[in-house]
Amino acid sequence: MALVKVNGRNVRIDGPDDMPLLWALRDILGMTGTKFGCGAALCGACTVHIDGGAARSCVTPLAAVEGKSITTIEGVGRTPEGAAIQRAWLSGEVPQCGYCQSGQIMSAAALLAANPRPTDADIDQVMAGNICRCGTYPRIRAAIKKAGDAK
Amino acid sequence: MGPMDLAKWCLAAFLAATSVQAAAQSATLRPPKDFSSVHDEPSRSRAMFIEAGKVIQSPRCLNCHPVTRRPTQGDDLHAHVPPMHAGKGGHGVSGLRCTACHGKANITTHLKGIASVPGNERWRLAPSSMAWQGKSLSEICTQIKDPARNGGHSLAEIHEHMAKDPLVAWAWQPGHGRVPAPGTQEEFGELIEAWIATGAHCPARN
Repeated sequence: MALVKVNGRNVRIDGPDDMPLLWALRDILGMTGTKFGCGAALCGACTVHIDGGAARSCVTPLAAVEGKSITTIEGVGRTPEGAAIQRAWLSGEVPQCGYCQSGQIMSAAALLAANPRPTDADIDQVMAGNICRCGTYPRIRAAIKKAGDAK
Repeated sequence: MGPMDLAKWCLAAFLAATSVQAAAQSATLRPPKDFSSVHDEPSRSRAMFIEAGKVIQSPRCLNCHPVTRRPTQGDDLHAHVPPMHAGKGGHGVSGLRCTACHGKANITTHLKGIASVPGNERWRLAPSSMAWQGKSLSEICTQIKDPARNGGHSLAEIHEHMAKDPLVAWAWQPGHGRVPAPGTQEEFGELIEAWIATGAHCPARN
């Protein structure tokens, strides 16, 4: 069981301490915007923010988020960085199949929050943790630059 | 199967059994008292450091003391997946900290290939001045003693790190799917303490 804040709302999650946060979000809270990709923090599809920092929810146990503030893809648009990223994503038509894009957007928003004007190298270092099998990487990088400039 | 084949098979089985035994033995550490027969103190000191080197050069330690600013993984020290950079303080880069994946404790995954994601309260990469990969034990020993490269630490503080640091302790509780460092942290600490007490001599260059 964990008492957490999810997208600004206080939530009680009834699940075992070792249940991955991703399971709780999708199966208990019914928030399916956050995706399961690999289950071992290798692909980035399940990225959420915990107290503002990017985290892979598939390897984050419920016990580790007690009292924390969690932002998911459903709520990230209400943050300044998330809104800027979403606008840039739309204008650049970034997604292709879309499966990885929740995680991409969450990582990109966390990057901008920590580093408002990232260089190509900064972007590559952070976004290397998010895999896209459609290969949308050039559009992702361009959109992050655009969102950084727009802010 | 002819008699020669049988003899070869028996030899192969014997060699396999002894090599398994050797591998099991290498996972333990000899205590300082085992070196009391080495009467020359500098030689005894060097021998004990070489024994402690089984831990220092185990993959569990080397992976976080890489030669680049990127961590490595596994017993073969392959590049960390996903690609990761130490950042300025060894905790990852702005926007992607080590803590994005590595929590306060090891996490068992639901996969066969990767049984667990390692974690520790103090999870971080060693500074570049403390790179161990690709170096001989002699070079590592000299480096560990050099305050210019060891973070300005005294030998007592080096002993404290090796014998007590919770992050070093992780090497003996590395999570499912990883081979622990040889011996125990307590035994490792005793070897380092005895090495310092006998003058902290380094093995000859090799």
